[in-house]
Amino acid sequence: MSDSYELRCRECGKTWGNAPRSFCEDCFSPLEVSYDYDALKKKARKENLAGRAFNMWRYAEFLPLHDDFTPTSAIGGTPLVASRKLAAQWGINNLYLKNDAVCFPSLSFKDRVVGTALVAARRFGFETVGCSSTGNLANAVAAQSAQQGFDACVFIPADLEPAKVLNTAVYGARIVRINGNYDHVNRLCAQIADRFKWGLVNVNLRPYYSEGSKTHGFEIAEQLGWRLPDNVVCPMAGGSLIGKIAKAFNELVTLGWVEAKPVKFFGAQATGCSPISDGVKRNLARFEPQKPNTIARSLAIGNPADGPFAMKLIRESGGWAEDISDREIIDAIKQLAETEGIFTETAGGVTAGVAQKLIQQGRIAADETTVVCITGNGLKTTDAIAADFPLTEAIAPRLDAFEAYLDNQFTAAAAATK
Amino acid sequence: MPVTIEIPTAFRRFTDGTPKIDCSAATIADALNDLTTRFPALSRHVRDEQGQIRQFLNVYLNEEDIRFLGGEGCTLKEGDRVLLVPSIAGG
Repeated sequence: MSDSYELRCRECGKTWGNAPRSFCEDCFSPLEVSYDYDALKKKARKENLAGRAFNMWRYAEFLPLHDDFTPTSAIGGTPLVASRKLAAQWGINNLYLKNDAVCFPSLSFKDRVVGTALVAARRFGFETVGCSSTGNLANAVAAQSAQQGFDACVFIPADLEPAKVLNTAVYGARIVRINGNYDHVNRLCAQIADRFKWGLVNVNLRPYYSEGSKTHGFEIAEQLGWRLPDNVVCPMAGGSLIGKIAKAFNELVTLGWVEAKPVKFFGAQATGCSPISDGVKRNLARFEPQKPNTIARSLAIGNPADGPFAMKLIRESGGWAEDISDREIIDAIKQLAETEGIFTETAGGVTAGVAQKLIQQGRIAADETTVVCITGNGLKTTDAIAADFPLTEAIAPRLDAFEAYLDNQFTAAAAATK
Repeated sequence: MPVTIEIPTAFRRFTDGTPKIDCSAATIADALNDLTTRFPALSRHVRDEQGQIRQFLNVYLNEEDIRFLGGEGCTLKEGDRVLLVPSIAGG
């Protein structure tokens, strides 16, 4: 099979063809998919998009797919919401929310990465696929495996949110709960990939998997009218997504689909697991791993493999990284819901809350075009905010009961304002 | 102290296929030096040009990343397992 792409080491540049492997055996650095951009310029034309549905596969030429690839489901193609109320509250004028809380089929941006990972899994002949996951990835692997006929086996920290576990189990996936945090699960999966002939999407299929993230960036550029934003605020767990959005933008510039311009990349973490933002803020050469302790479990990776690349991108782009407390995460979830009607999970709360903090710090200016990446759905992490919404007292199904209820509400409101 | 170093498949082309070695070492640094002395071809894959453990190679002492144990100077006790694992990304 002749390919227009192959694996290349991100540090030493050595090429490794196409195979289920994620790191360079010379320097242990991560591999990523590189393309023949001269060939791509001839093959990929913006006008080709006209007849294609608005989902991630419309950018097929930029993804590690075979030439006769046919999409099996419409992943991605999520809204870019032009914010009015939230922008006003934050005091800026050009705010957009890329809303992967409604990504198909499992309601997070992880659907995109699993899309490309399973194409690779099929290519390499795997029958069983799996992942180490903080939840969203397990949901996505389970859903798409069910549709495509793979056996799925996912590995998760034992204390994951019940909704995320259920949202994996319902598709018939085997779930292995690990007594430990995500970094323990990750380490185990590295050893499993070393021992078994399984396609672990974020281990031995990782280079193909992470390419799917680029479609989040392609969509942003297209939805802005084929232009790049000034600022991107992106959540960081393993630190991969932020770099893939940058790669997507760079590829569009290389092919002349958008005008080149400087884009600042801002990374968002929870203070309870903030190795990358800590590294940026303290200007460390290497980040220091942390033991996660935050409600934002989908970002709770204390030893982020792509952290060094994320730090480099943030620094070189002139961006910054910040982190916020669990209380601030909950407040940001509520603010996003109350202003834009978007219910995001804790990771989205992190990103929104950090965006607000960056604006307050003066790092994001009012007239610049700013895109905030919302990557997951709030229905998956209701436990994290439930305490803010206690059940109200039920009333009898009678008009006088409702009138009494209203009287009580007015009295309570008046007392609260005294 | 007699300890065991477990070698990932990717490194075994430099260790004649050996999956693990037993050695006597007082610290992680000693153990890694023992490993790379026995298999000199492995040396540049374990440490970078500055002599630091490569950024994308994680070293564990039993269940714990050595960076939580004070780094490669942390001391070993009899029967400890030292694992070398490439870092992988998020979930």
